[in-house]
Amino acid sequence: MPPGRFPGKVNMEIYWQLFCAFFRIGGLTFGGGLAQLPMLKYELVQKYHWLEEPELLDIYAIGQCTPGIIAINTATYVGYKKKGVMGGIVATLGMVTPSLVIITLVAAALQSVIDNVWVQHAIMGIRGVVCALMLNTVLTMGKKTLKSRYAVAVAIPALIAAFFFNVTTLVIVIIAAVFGMVWHVALHDGRKGGNAE
Amino acid sequence: MSTILLVFLEFMKIGLVAVGGGPATLPYLMELTEKYDWYTMEDLTNMIAVSESTPGPLGLNMATYAGYKTLGFFGGVISTAGLVIPSIIIICLIAKFLENFNENRYVVGAFSAIRPAVWAIIAVSVYRVCKVSLFSLTDGIYTPIPKTMALCIVVFALLQVKKLQKYHPAIWLLIAVILGIVFRF
Repeated sequence: MPPGRFPGKVNMEIYWQLFCAFFRIGGLTFGGGLAQLPMLKYELVQKYHWLEEPELLDIYAIGQCTPGIIAINTATYVGYKKKGVMGGIVATLGMVTPSLVIITLVAAALQSVIDNVWVQHAIMGIRGVVCALMLNTVLTMGKKTLKSRYAVAVAIPALIAAFFFNVTTLVIVIIAAVFGMVWHVALHDGRKGGNAE
Repeated sequence: MSTILLVFLEFMKIGLVAVGGGPATLPYLMELTEKYDWYTMEDLTNMIAVSESTPGPLGLNMATYAGYKTLGFFGGVISTAGLVIPSIIIICLIAKFLENFNENRYVVGAFSAIRPAVWAIIAVSVYRVCKVSLFSLTDGIYTPIPKTMALCIVVFALLQVKKLQKYHPAIWLLIAVILGIVFRF
């Protein structure tokens, strides 16, 4: 058994951090998968340094291409990376708890919540801020991701495919993955061959 | 079959087949309104509206709501568990696989192209969400919603200040709620 697996104060702390981080992400995300990105970036990259910013894109890709809700897939993936299956479960529990509590509370008064004027005003404000946060995340992620010509050369066709032709995420990710494999391996072999001669 | 088991299994099925997050769960959630009387089509429409104004992903909120309608709080727990369990299993398997193969040149190669491609997809999706959120559509013409648009621009500009980036994004949400109510957005 690796030393890190013994039960102890330090070990419990990481579980608690995982739970709390995803509890906050789940409880403060308005509008699902995309709106969650700024929160993920703040909690996982900036605050706890559990991930590098480009890794968020890996997770998003995995989340989009596997069944299930992206939020849950993200929580499970990060939790697993930190602390194996138990970590995955703990992070997911954190993500799920706010929804469970809030929906149970509003379920009884659903219509009056929607019709409430104050709620509507607040929502219009939240919308503006969520858009600003998302745009900012796209910007900072772009700076970190599109550093090479190779990355830009992949991003532009993907952008065109998604924007003009509504190609689904799954298809774009699969094509990109195949292209990346072929390119990477061909380049590698090419260099190897060159060195041998 | 008892209702508890049925709720659990139906949401587990959604967790297993809905690829692509929240919007992908919608068709399956609609299907449930035809099969059972757990919630109505109107409930679902309301829920979409509520999901926008309460935290949490739509799929998750809907599962909780449907479970709640059938069996109260306990039902909400059961349906959520059903939705989440397939994800936990599948993602743990994938994460384990990637952990073992993270040096593998095929995996490295694949992700080297997936990252910029996914960035592009996110950029397009964010553009579309912003278009719907910041503009109102009447007769096919998009007109900006003045106050929401202004707030978005100001906050975006402020976010470019390095010092302000260290604050939790929720601070901005709180500001939005206050401004939205005070100035009647």
